[in-house]
Amino acid sequence: MSEKKYELIVIGGGPAGLAAAHSAWESGLRKILIIERAKHLGGILNQCIHNGFGLHHFKEELSGPEYADRFIKMVEACTDGNAPEGIEIMTDTMALNITPDHEVYVSNTEGYRVLKADSVILAMGCRERTRDSVGIAGSRPAGVYTAGTAQMFMNIMGYSVGRRVVVRGTGDIGLIMARRMKLEGAEVLACIGASDHADGLARNVNQCLKDFDIPLLLRHTITEIRGKDRVEQVVAMEVDEHRNVIPGTEQVFDCDTLLLSIGLIPENELSKKAGVPIDSRTSGAVVYENNETEIPGIFACGNVLQVHDLVDFVTEESIRAGQAAAEYVLGGCKAKTSDTVFALANGENVKYTVPMKARMEEIGKFLEVSFRVKKIFGAGSAVVVTQGDQQIARFKRPYMSSSKMEKIRIPKALIDKIDPLGEPLTVSAVEEVE
Amino acid sequence: MYDVVIIGCGVSGASCAYMLSRYNLKVAMLDKSSDVSNGTTKANSAIIHAGYDPSPDSLMAKLNVRGTELAKEIAAKLDVPINNCGSMVLAFDEADLEHVNKLCERGVANGVPGIRVLTGDEAREIEPELAPEVVGALYAPSSCIINPWEYGLAMAETAVRNGVEILLNTEVTGFDAKADGFTVKTDKGDFETRFVISATGVYAAETRSLLEKPDYEIVPTRGQYFLLDKEEGKRVGTTIFQCPNEKGKGVLVSPTVDGNLIVGPDAIIGDADDKTTDKDGLDKIAEAAKRSVPKVNFRMNIKNFAGVRANSSSSDFIIQESEAFPGFIDLAGIKSPGLSAAPAIAEYVVEMLRNDGLELSKKADFIDSRKRPRLPESGTAEGDEARREAIAKDPAYGRIICRCETVSEGEIVAALHTPIPPTTINGVKRRVGAGMGRCQGGFCMPKVQELIARELDKDWLEICLDENGSEILAYKTKEQGKEGR
Repeated sequence: MSEKKYELIVIGGGPAGLAAAHSAWESGLRKILIIERAKHLGGILNQCIHNGFGLHHFKEELSGPEYADRFIKMVEACTDGNAPEGIEIMTDTMALNITPDHEVYVSNTEGYRVLKADSVILAMGCRERTRDSVGIAGSRPAGVYTAGTAQMFMNIMGYSVGRRVVVRGTGDIGLIMARRMKLEGAEVLACIGASDHADGLARNVNQCLKDFDIPLLLRHTITEIRGKDRVEQVVAMEVDEHRNVIPGTEQVFDCDTLLLSIGLIPENELSKKAGVPIDSRTSGAVVYENNETEIPGIFACGNVLQVHDLVDFVTEESIRAGQAAAEYVLGGCKAKTSDTVFALANGENVKYTVPMKARMEEIGKFLEVSFRVKKIFGAGSAVVVTQGDQQIARFKRPYMSSSKMEKIRIPKALIDKIDPLGEPLTVSAVEEVE
Repeated sequence: MYDVVIIGCGVSGASCAYMLSRYNLKVAMLDKSSDVSNGTTKANSAIIHAGYDPSPDSLMAKLNVRGTELAKEIAAKLDVPINNCGSMVLAFDEADLEHVNKLCERGVANGVPGIRVLTGDEAREIEPELAPEVVGALYAPSSCIINPWEYGLAMAETAVRNGVEILLNTEVTGFDAKADGFTVKTDKGDFETRFVISATGVYAAETRSLLEKPDYEIVPTRGQYFLLDKEEGKRVGTTIFQCPNEKGKGVLVSPTVDGNLIVGPDAIIGDADDKTTDKDGLDKIAEAAKRSVPKVNFRMNIKNFAGVRANSSSSDFIIQESEAFPGFIDLAGIKSPGLSAAPAIAEYVVEMLRNDGLELSKKADFIDSRKRPRLPESGTAEGDEARREAIAKDPAYGRIICRCETVSEGEIVAALHTPIPPTTINGVKRRVGAGMGRCQGGFCMPKVQELIARELDKDWLEICLDENGSEILAYKTKEQGKEGR
């Protein structure tokens, strides 16, 4: 059985996969396949019917489905004399396995097959943390859902999951679903977060909670779920700065629903099958400056690599991955060998960096590094890049928060000053001392 | 008029139904739950015990060893996942070693095959991740792990295929004793029967009380567990127990037949309906487990749950026929190793019925086989081949619904048309694994609900997570919003 060999297989037809495939086409690849498990392209954007997408990339405000639609149309428009069929799309298809030599095992209604490719882009997105990943005690009734599941029921299937709702977690999906539930007639009793600020974007706190009179209860957590068949109550307790619960602070909410928006986890089960090493800080692949993983010819972008705050940045990252895959294939699929690889490390107040490694000679005009900080920094703060005792670069910032992904672009001229064989390039966040 | 009415479709009741279904009898089984295997059967350590625990002269010892033998046969015939992975009881000091030696002697007396005591190093040779503090271990190679709810389900389904009637969501409200038997009164109507088998687990005393005052007490004992991601599933290959001592019975660390790691339980005496988990208890379990296997990574937890064991005032199983009301057989206090003993208990009950004069003539056309709706795991030669064949016959096997556990639409649809079709999200989960994985149904629950609605012609709003009253959804948007409240 001879199967067509692709230049590139993109796993996932959400915002990351669409942008990566389009960019690979623009960069010269013609045999591209996108594999999507849902029946339609667009990924999670299809259930994100609120607006706020595209302000950076398209300089206008779009809903999730509109943002996806722009890319679907761009991908569909990819056709020319050499490849009249353009980019091939397999929806309703699931990749079950990937090998290090780029074989992709797929299952769909036509069969279970092995497809071969010169390169692979991982763009599978992420999943939501559940009650068990944070260990909320109590009974196990119906009425406990992740915010994304409730969103799918609401916006795709047309059902509301409850009438009296408490939201645990102040991530963006939680904030948006609090408003969405309220708009569909439910009462939203509180949105509860453990830290001293909301995890979601400031604009969502204003537009979803404040504008709809939904109480924001910070420095609290849910310690218990009560109810036999359906949720009847949840118990909230105050937490200290180490997130330990403070005895005697129980607050009981009579509700039938608990929505959870307590974090996202990149879905890297397939990446692991391909032998791609995973970074314990991001739970995403270890990647180089061009989004290539440690397995030559396998690239990663979007939420499967790191959890983004804005889809616009997913797009930006995925365009880079698409270009890199094209460059790899058009360059004859040669693994890059470099003796000038240096590591990037997270320093003070920084949780992680992407990429984790870079190759000196592959860096163009600048090296872009994304990361998240651990706390809120006000005016007069800075991002400092050092190697050992030596400061390489310094970027002033008016404001930084753990709910926002931060990015810096280190000019090549400054990178040239480092010793690639020396200590890792370390990114730290500091209060500026003049 | 029924010959036998079985109350309770857990593994004990299902075993009885399975054993009786091979004879020309009119049998019904009732359960108040929305599904079979939905009480203690679904929430326990999932171990088929070798049989070294019960004291040699007990009924428990006899039924444990025989039950374990039968479990292996039945699992093979009825396509129930089972793995003869063996077990160890760890000793951490001299006192433990002494106990382990005693258990070994008991095991030999009970006829447990291959049982022996290992040194700490020998134990670590088999299980390299055991703690360096382990100084010895009782090794029982005949111990198995099983999918406990599927074990009960498989026997119940086979019974139904052989003519046993099943009524779920049916609660017994009373009994009338008559000259030729009993009227079993339920919220769904009355059942006339010659014999009654009561197998209601933690509710045994309650059920018996509807007839007469029981001479035993049930002590519902809650046990909590962690179920860890498959990435932790290879931490051990053997079921690892700890030596019971004055601090408690110890916790186990064991692989499951699905490839996860299970850790637990504790033992908290309480209410029969209390299946809650609590942080303190779970923290203690995690700490205790690390004594055996220090590297267990509890951050890979995907689910906590609690089960309630039907402990009782007796140290042995209570398998008795009512003296005042002959023909009423009570299976009470079927605690550990009840899962292991179940089919042997059923054989024992069949003999009681025979002695009571029930005529047992074998059916000529008894069906003693079953195929589970789940395909073998993908990524194996067998699994991949099965997948290809299944898709060729029915394209729905190619459409993956549960991404974490790779469960296809074809498998779910097949499960929805089995002899005891699931009607709930958890019912589907128990049969094919959809929603069992790391996202815990976050992605597939709406799709499973869609398939239940489509295949069983149900309204989305009626579909429950598990028991009646556990509806997933509240109202249709735009239609019922504020008014629906």
